[in-house]
Amino acid sequence: MTLAHATPTATGKRRARRVASRHAGWSTVVLLAPASLLFAVFVVYPIAASLRLSLHDWDGIGVPVFVGLANYRELLADPVFWTAIANNVRWLAGYLVAPVAGFALAVFLSQPLPGMRGVRTLFFLPFVLSQVVVGLVFAWFFHARYGLFHTLLAWAGVGHVSPMDSETWSIYTMIVAGLWPQTAYCMILYLTGLASLPGGIVDSARVDGARGSQLLRHVVLPELRPVHFIVAMVCAVAALRSFDYVMIMTLGGPFNRSTVLAFYMVEQTFVGLRYGYGAAIATVLLVMMSGIIFALLWRLLRDEPVR
Amino acid sequence: MFPAPIPTRHRLRRALYGVAVALLLVVWMLPLAAIALTSLRPLDDLVRGNFWGWPSEWRLVANYGTVLGQSRIGQFILNSFLITIPAVAGTVLLSSMAGFALAKHTFPGNRLLLATFVAGNLVPFQVLMIPVRDLMIALRLYDTRFALILFHMAFQTGFCTLFMRNFIRELPDSVLDAARVEGASELRIFWSVVLPLVRPALAAVSVLIFTFVWNDYFWSLVLVQSDAIRPLTAGLQALRGMWQTSWQLVSAAAIVAAMPPVAMFFLLQKHLVASLASSATRRLPG
Repeated sequence: MTLAHATPTATGKRRARRVASRHAGWSTVVLLAPASLLFAVFVVYPIAASLRLSLHDWDGIGVPVFVGLANYRELLADPVFWTAIANNVRWLAGYLVAPVAGFALAVFLSQPLPGMRGVRTLFFLPFVLSQVVVGLVFAWFFHARYGLFHTLLAWAGVGHVSPMDSETWSIYTMIVAGLWPQTAYCMILYLTGLASLPGGIVDSARVDGARGSQLLRHVVLPELRPVHFIVAMVCAVAALRSFDYVMIMTLGGPFNRSTVLAFYMVEQTFVGLRYGYGAAIATVLLVMMSGIIFALLWRLLRDEPVR
Repeated sequence: MFPAPIPTRHRLRRALYGVAVALLLVVWMLPLAAIALTSLRPLDDLVRGNFWGWPSEWRLVANYGTVLGQSRIGQFILNSFLITIPAVAGTVLLSSMAGFALAKHTFPGNRLLLATFVAGNLVPFQVLMIPVRDLMIALRLYDTRFALILFHMAFQTGFCTLFMRNFIRELPDSVLDAARVEGASELRIFWSVVLPLVRPALAAVSVLIFTFVWNDYFWSLVLVQSDAIRPLTAGLQALRGMWQTSWQLVSAAAIVAAMPPVAMFFLLQKHLVASLASSATRRLPG
């Protein structure tokens, strides 16, 4: 393309600067309109509509009836809602394993030996599988009769176990399933973080006598701070988004013991036909998520010089 | 660099490292290996309790033949492609346009708009679910491919715009100004100058959006109900309901379902990894 290669002359540059200061105009509108319109209709408006719906009673067919904060008041007294919140917190806590394991894997697999590229690729593989497939894989792994988990425990002398049917353990089977791709994701973020560490910093610390864990604690980990932040954010978002695993593995059972907010919301809406109540659950989830959203936005805008 | 590379002269340590990596890889892949092995067994093995031993008979052709020939999985795969490809193309085009305006045009509300795109992309799906479903019903798009294509385009545009904007920002202003001096319109500059220069970013973001859309399960449940439209993720769960305890078939179907994104991943892994890396460090290459 010739335009890309044109070299501006001195006068050209001066003119260009004048042009540049004026160039927000109808063309800006044309460039932004399709994306903004679509986003406004299918993302921004629905958020507002959902918040509004949470103040109503609606069976999905008739006319919504305004009930004020009744849905929220009912939520506070709903034991399943509190189970769901507790499980979301367990999921958040459980996902803390992913950054730690991901970092350890990244350090372990960073050796520049022949074939390691391919190995790293294989370790990353679970991340591109859909959660439906991962859920199926782990439903098989934890299967009451056939599962490898059952077989392993039988070898170890532990009797019949069926973790997915257990009131206590079923939630953790899903967290373990989710940790598999999540750890892979964290690993790849840390691998690229390690690879882009400024070499001079590590080398000069070595010259100063820093070794092993010292080097790790005082140089490497602090240098990776931006990566830690992103890793923490993606893990928290993923933990709160958990829905697919519940749908595939336990359906929230037994007795709603492994439900999470995202799943309970869908259940109340489509099975219970309580759209307003569902919307109220969604609002709670949004509030939990908003902490993460604001942290990310604050970071994003803080680092941006105003143009 | 960190960690320090094992020196070439330490033959033993290198060998031990290789063994450790191999062992870890086996454990890491165990869940997948289990399902792959199961997909090759006859049903008899499962009935008789031979879950982890050598299959009594290799049923590769029989099991996969049943999955591909006697179920609608072919239709589901086709549906997934018919949804994913337009959604990716649309997302990439719209978000490059918006990204260009946000990166290179000065106007009031620029950063507010960017923040809106980013924040919207992080919202839980459940907050959007009921209104989006109602909208699709009102637009007579419910249970059509267009419902999924439109929604994925709208939602993924949030993330994608930030990504493209960061990349386009790194382009030198002088190149754009030179084109302006020659009298090119902003749209022409977008099409003939910006797009060709950000081709690596377009490839990267396409792979990423492809995996997101292909692997989506939630919206396939909410916006679609007939087999003729249903994408593979939701179709797989339907097949599982049909086959119940025939785990050898469920496993084979899961393996088939995992193929396209895995193939895509191996073909384009360089771009995918690069795009994840740049979204993490926010400093873009190029």
